[in-house]
Formats: sequence, structure tokens, C-alpha cells
Amino acid sequence: MNTHLIGTDVNRIDGPAKVSGAAKYAGEFFASDMLYAVVVSGAIAHGEIASIDTHKAMKVPGAIEVFTHKNRPHLAWFDKSYLDEDAPTDGKPLRPLYDASIHHSGQPIALAVAESFEAARYMARLVHVEYKAFTHQTDMTMAVQEAKRIEKSNRTGIEPPPKPRGNSAEAYAAAAVKLDKTYHSPTETHNPMELFATTVVYNPDDTLTIYDKTQSVSNSQLYVTNIFGFSKSDVRVESPFVGGAFGSALRPQYQLYLATLAAKALKRSVRLTLTRDQMFTLGHRPETLQEIRIGANTNGDLQSLHNETMQATSRYENYFEVIANWSGLSYHCDNVTMEEKIVAMDTATPGDMRAPGAAQGVWAIETAMDELAVATGRDPVELRLQNYAEKDQNHDKKYSSKELKACYQQAAERFRWSERKSTPRTERRGTSLVGRGMAGGVWEAPQLPAAAKATLAPDGTLTVASGTADIGTGTYTAMAILAGEALGLPLNRVIVKLGDTELPVAPLEGGSWTIASVGTAVTEACKAVAEKIFKLAAGLDHSPLKHASFKEVEFVNERISLIADPSSFVTLQAALAAGDGKPIEEKTKSGPNLLKQHGYKSYTHSAVFAEVEVDEDFGTVSVCRVVSAIAGGRIINHEAARNQIIGGIVWGIGMALQEQSETDHQLGRIMNHNLAEYHVPVCADVHDIEVIFVKEDDDIVNPIGAKGLGEIGLVGVAAAIGNAIYNATGRRVRDLPITLDKLI
Amino acid sequence: MNNFEYIRADDLSGAARFVASHGQAKFIGGGTNLVDLMKYAVERPTALVDLNRLKLRDITVLPDGGVRIGALVTNSDAAYSPVVSSRYPLLSRAILAGASAQLRNKATTSGNLLQRTRCVYFYDTAVPCNKREPGTGCPAKEGINRSLAILGTSVECIATHPSDMCVAMAALGAVVQVTGPTGDRSILFADFHRLPGDHPEIDSTLAKDEIITAVDLPATGFAKNSAYIKVRDRQSYAFALISVAAGLEVVDGLITKAGVAMGGVAHKPWRSAQLEQQLLVGKPANRDTWHAFQSALLAGAQGYGENDFKLKLAPVTVVRALEQAAHEGDQA
Ligand SMILES: Cc1cc2nc3c(=O)[nH]c(=O)nc-3n(C[C@H](O)[C@H](O)[C@H](O)COP(=O)(O)OP(=O)(O)OC[C@H]3O[C@@H](n4cnc5c(N)ncnc54)[C@H](O)[C@@H]3O)c2cc1C
Ligand code: SF4
Repeated sequence: MNTHLIGTDVNRIDGPAKVSGAAKYAGEFFASDMLYAVVVSGAIAHGEIASIDTHKAMKVPGAIEVFTHKNRPHLAWFDKSYLDEDAPTDGKPLRPLYDASIHHSGQPIALAVAESFEAARYMARLVHVEYKAFTHQTDMTMAVQEAKRIEKSNRTGIEPPPKPRGNSAEAYAAAAVKLDKTYHSPTETHNPMELFATTVVYNPDDTLTIYDKTQSVSNSQLYVTNIFGFSKSDVRVESPFVGGAFGSALRPQYQLYLATLAAKALKRSVRLTLTRDQMFTLGHRPETLQEIRIGANTNGDLQSLHNETMQATSRYENYFEVIANWSGLSYHCDNVTMEEKIVAMDTATPGDMRAPGAAQGVWAIETAMDELAVATGRDPVELRLQNYAEKDQNHDKKYSSKELKACYQQAAERFRWSERKSTPRTERRGTSLVGRGMAGGVWEAPQLPAAAKATLAPDGTLTVASGTADIGTGTYTAMAILAGEALGLPLNRVIVKLGDTELPVAPLEGGSWTIASVGTAVTEACKAVAEKIFKLAAGLDHSPLKHASFKEVEFVNERISLIADPSSFVTLQAALAAGDGKPIEEKTKSGPNLLKQHGYKSYTHSAVFAEVEVDEDFGTVSVCRVVSAIAGGRIINHEAARNQIIGGIVWGIGMALQEQSETDHQLGRIMNHNLAEYHVPVCADVHDIEVIFVKEDDDIVNPIGAKGLGEIGLVGVAAAIGNAIYNATGRRVRDLPITLDKLI
Repeated sequence: MNNFEYIRADDLSGAARFVASHGQAKFIGGGTNLVDLMKYAVERPTALVDLNRLKLRDITVLPDGGVRIGALVTNSDAAYSPVVSSRYPLLSRAILAGASAQLRNKATTSGNLLQRTRCVYFYDTAVPCNKREPGTGCPAKEGINRSLAILGTSVECIATHPSDMCVAMAALGAVVQVTGPTGDRSILFADFHRLPGDHPEIDSTLAKDEIITAVDLPATGFAKNSAYIKVRDRQSYAFALISVAAGLEVVDGLITKAGVAMGGVAHKPWRSAQLEQQLLVGKPANRDTWHAFQSALLAGAQGYGENDFKLKLAPVTVVRALEQAAHEGDQA
């Protein structure tokens, strides 16, 4: 296909609005009668509210109401009303203010509402709560004996482990080389810059317009209509801009619930923004403990693989992520057993966080593979190539494409992997040991059903719309690129609308499926419009396209021209002039082509190489160089794609070295709940990063051949860094993050 | 945030008198610590006396050759001032190792001295903390104490003073100038901060109604041989796990003067002038000397679990700082 936009470097079309402040986020919308709400967070991990006294709070000038479980309005009775699209179907979602029970520290227990934010905040402080505390458990290592095995899926796309293949125990017993190690990863908390916020505008006709920080306006709409008994036509949810989410806004968060509760009860508009500290009371990446057993021959060929994963969840929802399965997917092995177990604790339910499951699962197996390379004296890249998985053995399916070998090869070359010394502690720079390591990465590349609308105005302006979200990933721009490509329009002729329940329905924006799903829908809607204009163009008197079929023309530079002879064309303008003066509008629903995809699975892949310097005295680690090669199908916006991968790598540096939500288990509470103490990389921690996109053609994955890139950039990075640290120091750290105390 | 009165002070004595007569009044400098604490309801002043209009923003050379840094000189201005960076590079480096550029532009010298601990329990009013609410307990001792003290702790509290600037000032032997309703006084840096003891709620020996007016640096400032080493969890914008400010004067390989202070280990910058006299001054500037000194300086150090690693990290940091200070300028 001849392209003029796809695959080029395109600046964000929403960039100017963002940097000038014109882009409005959920907590920035305003209504003239608006009230402000502030959440009162609970102090204990498990128990009951014995008493709650709001008298002092209500005396604050400007006070409107303090909602508690005592005076809350009517709420739905059944658990199923509280299930959002991403909730585990077998859980009992949290119902803030429903009753006196407390399920986790920081749980919202009251909502102060006032005429001003300052008054509401002061009121929140004056609410006096007495608790009846029950015993609690937040320490997973103390609760492992209560682990429950996962048997079946309870969320779309989240699979339990496949049945064992072969006999891993026998093969392990017979193997010449054996590894049996446990890998621990901590709780991590999403910290998008934008805090969770909802502005509920109460309209004169008792309907609501809700501005919410969400990765799915339709999920937010479903949630509040079910709980508060609204009909869908009464609730419009908009989310034009999202200041980062990383999975945290897939499920409706409690500020949406509470702001809606207050607006409905008071018949007034309400704005509620959580504090940074309260961001630590929502979903989080679950803590994991993975026991990995590998059996291999002396040459490093895998003979047996066993991954038994334990992951934390809450007491009220059986949330789980796919963690163990990545072990059995990544390499060819005929004897594999994988188990996934959950441990329920008195915490909030975990939630999807960038590359949920793979971030931890791939880290562990890729670290274990490095250990196998050391044990067998093989080069880590060679070891991976000799165990290369030519098919998805977990599902017994072929890959629709897998250019991972090209990733290894191109990244290794750029990184100058051949200069690496395989013996630890052989290279020094000043007071530091230098090490190099690598790892592979993998993430799914699914396509989900999605709808989109394309409208071509008589003046040649194209509007494309879909109820998806742009959480900073570049959805606006990608939709514009695909639309402009389909109709031969420059970007400044394309208007994109998203984040609104009035628009055609799109899936949750997550899982790296948006480009494949919404991108396909947009392309198809634009194709449908193109066909109509083509008819107008062909119908013109003396049209050079009179005898052409739609397949024989292309849309380039605002012209419809014959592919065989581009000098024969009709301008878009001339074609539109032949119309009836009304916009041409097409709405499409697209979904995976099951026939074409039958027998295939689709994934993105990566090879990540890292160089570190480790100060010998201090154990401080500097990640001086990262090269990541990505096989992600067709790249739609090269610049945004590169941004995504770099962002993922920076996150990987944090995962490897810094990120952890530190819980005081006596108090059952995360204590480093602010950005001074919850560490993520700062600029000084980020050095050279290079991204390579290898060529990967795939016409099975979806019609546009693109795979999402939201997650893959992160996967494998922590392992590559950990492996480099081993190469530098000879120390293998199987417990993230690798803080300096683990290296001195 | 609670409601509070806000007053701009125009003269020192008026400001001191106001605070003396208002039970819950507090001074405010850059506000980078106090305002955070007010948002968290850890500090609940009923009145704020803003010192920013007072003429305490100058850096002046004193008759004895020392340098006076006005209390309201920002951390950035102090660090980049030519007289400080040339004569007291140790102090410049320490200041620039702290916080972020934005914070340093706002933070004042006096506010930095009086910033409070970063112990996570201290910042969260939902949990106990003896420093915040005396008598409630110290969950840090058996909890999250990775960044907390290994020296000079008490049964009640194991918090650290988090400043970088103060560690260098302690090593330099600075003097804090204060004024109050009863007049002016000078406080030796070593006496300014205190150990937690039975009163962890009190950080310093400054009275509530006393105002810091300046910090005086002595005439000699280890301009030739000094080092500030800060070991932290990320390369910027993180408090010190261990920091060491080391200043030396070396003549023909022998140490003639030394000042060494540590941050991240105690409720105050940790320094022993006596050990410096005994184990550094007159000794050769070599590794044996550093080792003998660090083991004496760190004698009695005790870990509380998470922070046990500091027992290993502290000695190597002292040695590295002394080694680096001794060899500063070697290549130049
Ligand atoms: C995220 C973050 C990271 C940081 N990292 C570091 C770091 O790495 N290293 C480091 O050293 N610091 C760090 N800091 C702390 C920073 O240095 C202090 O917040 C700052 O120095 C305080 O100065 P201020 O002028 O803003 O003080 P304020 O907040 O205005 O005041 C602090 C205290 O001093 C009192 N006070 C102020 N001036 C006077 C006076 N003249 N007389 C009497 N009392 C007075 C106030 O009443 C108040 O109690 C960090 C801070 C933050 C928020
Ligand atoms: S160490 Fe001090 S500041 Fe920290 S919890 Fe204990 S008493 Fe409070």
C-alpha cells in the first residue's frame, strides 16, 4: 500500500491544546451551581465504623452535607449492579458508604460536600470516626497457605493456565541442569500525573453530564446507571482528555460513584478530585511470588518448565492477572506445568497496570533464562534462539507473525552485544562495575469489536468519531492518520472526536488493543465514505474514472486517481460538488475476522538490551544504555510509537530499581503514599535509550496490520536490567525493586 | 486545611512578639515544607507570620573573614553565590544535592534548618507517631524505617533530620544567629538540632518565638579539599539514605584540620569534633586513617530492620568522602 501518513512521524494533533491549557480534564469542568466534594479516607485495614460524628464538619461555613453510611441515599441492592465491564464476575465490588464495614485501609468512608473546595476539605478533616478493628492480613508471605488455585476466567481475556503439557516433573527429575528459584515482585501503584477526578453536571431536566477520568466512557455510564437507577439516556459521560491512566482508569473509581451519589441526592453539580495520597487506595499492581523450576540439558535446551505463581488480591474480589502463562508461551518446551494462585488479603482490589501480568511474569522467566544461560555457559541470546518458540504451545496455535529473531539480531547489533564479557565483574569504570544484560518481551495483540463514524462535510472536512479514550497514548492522532490516509486528506482537514457516550461504542481503552480495534473501525468507516465519493466522482460528466472500479482508484492528495495512471483523477472537491450538499456519513462496526484468524494467535515481541554501572561501595545502579527492538506489526505513527516504547522503558527502569508501595503490615496500610516517597525515575535516572521497530508484516492480526504498543515497551526491561546487574556484580537479585541495599 | 490568619512581618521584633503572644502561630519562609505539613494537618498553625519581607536576603563577608548567609537567602542563591561556591564548595555541593531546582529556588536557609523529618508515619495523621502526637507510639521502629536513624535514637523516635545543607554546615562549624523577644543569641551548629530523647516532638533548641536571622560560616571553609557524597535511591529528588560532608586541610600528606558530618543517620547532622581531633588531625591522609575514623564515628550504630543496610553503607560512604576530599584537585 502506498501511504502518505502511516508510519511517518506525526506530532500529536492534540498537542497545542494540551500545552496551551485549552484541553480540559475531568476535574476542570465547571457548572454554575457546582459543589465541591472531598473524600474522608478510613484509617484501618479491616473492621467497622463504630461511630461517625459529622456535627463539627457541618458547622463549617459553606457546608452542604456529609454523606456517610448512615445517611446515604438509596443504592442498588445486588452485587451484579456494581459490576463494571472490567470487574471480576465472581466478586462483590466495593460499595463505598453502603454500610459500616471496612475492607481496606484508605477506603472511602464519608464524603464532605460544600460550596467551596476549601470548606469541603476542612469539613473532611473534622469528621470524627471511631472504629471497631478486626484482625487483618496484608503480608502475602504470611498468607500463602491460604492461596486458592485459579480454575476459570472471570474477566474477558484473562485466562487461567492451560492444562499441563507433557510431564514436567518427570522431565525435571531427569534433567542434567536444574534451576529452582523464587521470584518476588512488590505491589506497585499507578501514579498518572492527573489525579482521579469527576465533575458531575446536574442538568435542569434531571439528567447528568459526567466528566470522568476514565479509559471507557461507556463503562462509567454502565456503572452509574446500574447503581443509581438512571437510564442510559439520562447519563452522558465525557472524557475528552486523560492525563495518563496506565490501566488505573479501566474500572470506574470511587470518585465517580461518590460524585454521582452526591449530585443525585443534592440535585446539584458536584466536582470531586482525589488527592495523591488517595491514589494509593485504588487498584495497584499485585504483589507476586513466582516459583520457577527449569530443567534443561547441558546445552541449555529446555526440557521442563514449571511456574507456580501466587498473586495478591483483595478479600472481596477474586482479581487475577495472567502471570504464569508467559513462561510456557515464551520458549519451546514440551513439558510444562503452570499454576496460578491468588491470596486474598485486606487490601483494595488490585487492578491492571501497564502490561498487567506480563510485567511480572516475563520478568521472572527472563531472569530465570539468564540464570540458565549462566548455568550452561551459553550466551543469553544464543540460548533464546535455540529455545525459540515457533508456535504458541499454550494454545497450540500458530503466530500470525513473530519477528522476534529480527529483534534479537538488530538490537544486539546496535547495542554491540558482542563486546560483552560473559564473566561478571570483569569490566570497570571508575568506582563502578559495568554489566550488560538482555531479555525478551511479549504482549498480546488482540482486536476487539469497535464502532466508528466518519462524516465528510461538503467543504471536504472529515470528522471521525468513536467512543474510545486517548490516555496520552496518541489515539486522537492515530485516528486522524488512518482517516487522512483512507481519504487522501492532510491532517488539518481531519477532526477527531472521542471520549463521549454519544459516539459509537468502542471497547475499554487498554490491553494494547485500541489501534487494532478502533483503528480498524475508523479505517472501515472512512472506506465506506470513500466508496460513496468514488461513485459521485465516477458519475461526473466526462469523468476519467467512469470505467474504473473502486479497487482501481486511490485517494491521495485530495484526489481520487487511477492507481494505474495517477494523471487521471477527480478532485475530492469536484466529487463533493456533485453531491446533494449534505455531509456523507458512514457508521461501521468492525470486529476480528474469525475465519482469517482461526488457528492463529497474535502477539507483539521485543528484545531489550541494557547496560548498567553499579557502584561497588554504594550499590547504586545507573542504567546508562538501553536498546529495545520491537516487532509490533505496522507502525501507524512512528513518533508516537517511539514515545510509547521510551515511556515503557523508563517505567521498566523504575520497576527494576525503584517502584514499590511499602505497606506497614501492622497497620495494614501503604505508607509511602506520595511522590516524594513512592519513587519513579526522574530525568537524572534516564540515559541513552534507542528504539528500533523491525519490519513485521501481518495481514491476519487485523486489516490494518497494526499491533498495539502500549504495553510491550515495558515488558522485559526489568529483566534486562537485572541480568545486566548480574553481569556487572555477580549478584542475582530475585526480589524487585533492586534497591542498593540488595547489592551491598 | 484549617483556617489561619496570615500576617506579613515588617520588622523582626514585631514578628517575634506576635508569635510569642499567639499560641499556635508559626513563621513561614519558602513554605515548601510547612505548607505540605499544613495540607496534611500535621501542622495546624492558627496564624502564619510571613518573613519574606524582612531584609534577610543578603550574603555578606564578616569582619573576621567569615560569611553570613541571611536566613531568607534561597537555597539556590546560596549555592550559586560566588563567595559560597568558591570559598565553601562543600556547602554549595550539599545544597545542590538536595531536593529539586524548583524547591531550591523557593526554600530558604532558615526553613531548610527547620524542615521536619521525612518519616512516613509523621506525615500521616491516621497512624500513630510520637513526634507528631507524643505518647502515641513509634510504628517506624518495627515498620518502615529504611531511611531512618542508626545513631542517637531513642525509645520514642528513630527519625532523621533530612537536610543536605545542614550536614555541610555542621562539617563547616557554622553558627546560627537568632533573635527573639529577649534579644539576640548565637547557637553553635552542633547545638542547634537535638536528639529525640524523651521529646521527639522537639527538633531544635530554638524557642518557638525566636527567629533565625542568619547562618555564619567561619573564615576558612575547606575550599581546597572537600567532598559531599549523598547516597540515595534515585539520582535526583530523593532524600539521603546516607550522606557525608567531609572537609580537610592537608599539608605534606598530614591532616591539619578536619570537619566531617553525616546525614541520614540521626536526628541531627552527626559530627564529633573530638574524634576529628583524635583520629584525623595530625594523621596521614590515607585509607587507614579513614577506616579508624569511621569506625569510631559510627560506634554504637544500630539498625532497626529495613535500615540495617546503613550499617554497611555508612562506613564506606565516610571513607569514600574522605578519600575524595583528600584527593580533590589531584588531577587538575
Ligand atoms: C519533595 C521534596 C523533596 C525534598 N528533597 C530534599 C533533599 O533531598 N534534601 C534536602 O535537604 N531537602 C529536601 N527537601 C526539603 C527542602 O529543603 C525544605 O522543604 C526547605 O529547605 C524548607 O525551606 P522553606 O523556606 O520552604 O521552609 P518553610 O516550609 O517555610 O518552613 C519550614 C519551617 O521553618 C520555620 N522557619 C522558616 N524560616 C524561619 C525563620 N527565619 N525563623 C524561625 N523559623 C523559621 C517555619 O516556621 C517552619 O516550621 C525536599 C522537599 C520536598 C517537598
Ligand atoms: S521515628 Fe519518630 S517520626 Fe517516625 S514514627 Fe517514630 S516517632 Fe514518629
